[in-house]
Amino acid sequence: MKKPVIQFEHFNFKYRTQVDPTLHDINLTLYEGEKVLIVGPSGSGKSTVGHCLNGLIPFSYKGEITGSLKIMGQETKDLDIFSLSKMVGTVLQDPDGQFIGLTVGEDIAFALENDVREQDEMFSIVNDVSKMVDMDGYLQSSLHQLSGGQKQRVSLAGVMVDDVDILLFDEPLANLDPATGKHAIQLIDRIQKETNKTVVIIEHRLEDVLECHIDRIVVVDKGTIVADVTPDELLASSILEECNIREPLYVRAAKYAGSDVTAESKPSHINTFTVNKDKLLTWFEATNPPERKKKTEPILELKNIHFSYSPSREIIHNVSFSIEKGEMVSIAGKNGAGKSTLASIICGFVKPNSGRILFKGEDITNDTIKERAERIGLVMQNPNQMISKHMIFEEVALGLVLRGLPEDEIKERVEKTLRICGLYPFRNWPISALSFGQKKRVTIASILVLEPELIILDEPTAGQDFKHYTEIMEFLTELNEQGVTILMITHDMHLMLEYTPRAIVIAGGEKIADDTSANILTDRDVIEKANLKETSLFDLAVKAGIEEPREFVGRFIAFDKEVRTTWQ
Amino acid sequence: MAVEMLAYIDRPSPIHRLTGATKLICFILWSTAAMLTYDTRVLLFLFVASIAIFIASQVKIREISFVLIFILAFLLLNNIAIYIFSPQEGVKIYGSSHVLFEIVGRYNVTWEQLFYQFNITIKYFTIIPAAILFIVTTHPSEFAASLNKIGVSYRISYAVALALRYIPDIQRDFRNIAITQQARGIDMSSKEKLGKRIKNIASIIIPLILSSLDRIEVISNAMELRGFGKNKKRSWYSARPFKRIDYFALILVGIAFVVSLIITFYDGSRFYNPFGA
Amino acid sequence: MGKNLAIKTIVAIGIGAAVFVILGRFASIPTGIPNTNINTSYAFLALMAVVFGPVAGGLIGLIGHALLDSIMWGSVWWSWVIVSALVGLLIGFSAKRINIESGEFGKKQIISFNIIQIIVQIIGWGLIAPTLDILIYAEPANKVWTQGIVAGLANIVTVAVLGTILLAAYAKTRVKSGSLKAE
Ligand SMILES: Nc1ncnc2c1ncn2[C@@H]1O[C@H](COP(=O)(O)OP(=O)(O)OP(=O)(O)O)[C@@H](O)[C@H]1O
Ligand SMILES: Nc1ncnc2c1ncn2[C@@H]1O[C@H](COP(=O)(O)OP(=O)(O)OP(=O)(O)O)[C@@H](O)[C@H]1O
Ligand SMILES: [Mg+2]
Ligand SMILES: [Mg+2]
Repeated sequence: MKKPVIQFEHFNFKYRTQVDPTLHDINLTLYEGEKVLIVGPSGSGKSTVGHCLNGLIPFSYKGEITGSLKIMGQETKDLDIFSLSKMVGTVLQDPDGQFIGLTVGEDIAFALENDVREQDEMFSIVNDVSKMVDMDGYLQSSLHQLSGGQKQRVSLAGVMVDDVDILLFDEPLANLDPATGKHAIQLIDRIQKETNKTVVIIEHRLEDVLECHIDRIVVVDKGTIVADVTPDELLASSILEECNIREPLYVRAAKYAGSDVTAESKPSHINTFTVNKDKLLTWFEATNPPERKKKTEPILELKNIHFSYSPSREIIHNVSFSIEKGEMVSIAGKNGAGKSTLASIICGFVKPNSGRILFKGEDITNDTIKERAERIGLVMQNPNQMISKHMIFEEVALGLVLRGLPEDEIKERVEKTLRICGLYPFRNWPISALSFGQKKRVTIASILVLEPELIILDEPTAGQDFKHYTEIMEFLTELNEQGVTILMITHDMHLMLEYTPRAIVIAGGEKIADDTSANILTDRDVIEKANLKETSLFDLAVKAGIEEPREFVGRFIAFDKEVRTTWQ
Repeated sequence: MAVEMLAYIDRPSPIHRLTGATKLICFILWSTAAMLTYDTRVLLFLFVASIAIFIASQVKIREISFVLIFILAFLLLNNIAIYIFSPQEGVKIYGSSHVLFEIVGRYNVTWEQLFYQFNITIKYFTIIPAAILFIVTTHPSEFAASLNKIGVSYRISYAVALALRYIPDIQRDFRNIAITQQARGIDMSSKEKLGKRIKNIASIIIPLILSSLDRIEVISNAMELRGFGKNKKRSWYSARPFKRIDYFALILVGIAFVVSLIITFYDGSRFYNPFGA
Repeated sequence: MGKNLAIKTIVAIGIGAAVFVILGRFASIPTGIPNTNINTSYAFLALMAVVFGPVAGGLIGLIGHALLDSIMWGSVWWSWVIVSALVGLLIGFSAKRINIESGEFGKKQIISFNIIQIIVQIIGWGLIAPTLDILIYAEPANKVWTQGIVAGLANIVTVAVLGTILLAAYAKTRVKSGSLKAE
């Protein structure tokens, strides 16, 4: 009999400020050495479950608890947060609060310092761990100079130094590029195997987590557990679809083709999955290829842009590209490649060292932020950097208020946008009571409401569930059809394939590719250089013996979009 | 808003090699001596010595010139203010009056006043190189460890470390809020009227402060989760052990401190009086 | 508060000092008299003292002002730093009275907050700062008194206006128990 390490029994939790409980009657037991994934829509209570495990609930977030939660056989109510932190190591979802040390090395060592470990010992542990996450070249760097993905690795390393029994990861992949995400998952897997720790992962990117073996998946919806099964069983069921969670693409394709997906067909990994090849082939032949868009005049042109934060290191080298009016384009590339920096340059937050930026043929290199903002809207990667008001409604309305619009028009536009972003029910809430994904949507709403001609979104779908992902993307597509140009910085290869016909790839501050998304994602050279990833659809097509796997990918996407516009 | 602030400058100098704790103690002794004394001989000696140490640190004047300009401007204004408010202060202190020339009323220029103001200026000047050196040669992550080493509780030392750690972040937030406000339509050009400028500043600082308060919550959660404060002590990743050069520096500065106090208070007055004789 | 400061208080001191520095550096308006500005940072200091209590208030004043002086001037004017610490500390003693966490900040609280801050600042800038300046730097008395009074007045007005606004804004963010419901 395996030893239970986490036991929820009839557990309920209500945040002090809420009227309704966030978690209802949770019953869940996790055993020693298990690796469990928690999935669920945004705002369903996943992070709340995590907070119960690490003790932030009830020690930091106040509220009402009923029922029981035992960790390593001890009732958490009777413990204090320090004894809990010796048992549960957490990587938090919000990237800002993670870092406490001044430099990378110090931050990784933080838990060791609190344990009064000898300095030599600290040096050697920090060295080992930082090698594991591939940050050993950055031990002296200060944290604010790191890119989003680099920060994630540091926080991973920070928990790894502690010898805890349970590791809890709240969305460890959200800001990682696909190849690094794969590494991270393999890393977590390796550590789990070597140490036999219990691992709990909360993540929206189901397919990426399934790269490695997972024992069980727990599905949370509206604060209750709706499933607690093995990955194979879950993928064979219709629960994911019902909860609006994205299935792995190869599973979805197989379902479309009418191939039976059962637990026996082992759908949890593409390599083990047995698919009915004939059905797939027949479906492929019966599906229409997607349409192509026609060309128009350029709206944004970058010409030979060079940029550096400090004179010693150039971040952007000679980048030029042109975006046409009405296009929807992705920018992809490794963590730290300079994508977010590029967005700041376009919006005038930082000035390029040399080069020119044209908007509709007119030179805007010397325009002020305000002048540019009237035409270009930017949703930044980190929502905390954009939010300046306390209440959701006020935040979204801010831009319109400053433009001096009449009050009733503001109300109408803001409410419409809030509905699109799925925030209408919360319009009178303070932003601090939102989940991370919901916060990100607030910032998207605050830009959408201004209706700029060109919208740049930095990781718009990070931390979003499939339903909101689809809603936001469909709305963007709709805007795009009305002529709004959309530029998206993303690590989501499927989003790139599905919504943006064209993609620009940045690696090491240089543009290394500018082509159709389908071509880029099948070009091994570019994939390698920019840490991208092939889509599993491609593998599926190859597996089924389809001659033109690229075409298969294209047709699947067109078909899938069609299907999804009907369920809403 | 690329405003420069003093920050750590990396150099392979003997001053950099001293531990933070040594430099902190030396700095405290040095500035106490400079604050207590008014003896021109001591001040001059300290001033020359601090210039010598400055040269030894290999920090270039160019790298700190913006602070120097600030300080020089301040000293100039301060001197003018002192003269305007109290043109006879020197006469009062030294008890004699050697007039150089008259201007109007009580406003004349005496040797005593010039000497007094020279003393004030040089007093500031003896503290400044030491303070600048302390800041630019001590790595901020070592600073907290040093405070802890000289007896400040580790919790308060860590509060200082957090302050140093978050200054760039808060500065970036300040910038970002200013940017997002501008991007949504506030005009922030510096040519606005004072009232409008105050209003604009309020529109930045209120969100800055509220978001910092949220941040306090998030950071204390993260620190708690990683076991901060559970022991009576804590070790420091960036601390450095004392070497021979540290003891050497401490003894040297200690001697200078004692000697300067002896000279200063030897004759019962803080001031050195060249006029009395 | 006991011997061991709560983690939250420590973080509040650290972040508070950092914000104090940034406000002092970027959001202050010169009055024309040397070393004397309209400092938005004192409004912030008052807020922090009321929210987190005397220890936090005092240490934010001390650490924040010392850091600000050193990165801006390359030197620390201890006489004024001590007064900042004192102002934070003394305003902090009013925290219990005002009880901002309750989410209420009405006329009564506004008045007691302002009475306290005015008294504290008069003592600090009008009395202690000039005395220390005379002791340490032997500057002329009438100069440092004038400086102290001007700085004190500027700070009193800043705290009265901006500090009150900040406290009111903060009180509004204290969400009451059981008030959030999806509509
Ligand atoms: N501090 C808080 N105070 C009040 N309510 C909160 C707080 N944090 C979260 N909630 C509420 O609890 C619900 C669940 O939030 P939680 O953060 O657990 O969601 P999540 O499943 O992790 O979502 P996401 O995937 O977006 O991170 C949300 O509706 C949110 O409004
Ligand atoms: N404020 C800054 N000062 C100095 N260097 C910076 C700053 N911001 C970013 N950098 C550096 O610039 C490089 C590019 O950062 P950027 O944030 O643009 O990357 P990115 O492509 O958006 O990465 P990610 O996908 O991880 O978000 C990184 O190496 C980072 O260390
Ligand atoms: Mg969450
Ligand atoms: Mg980025």
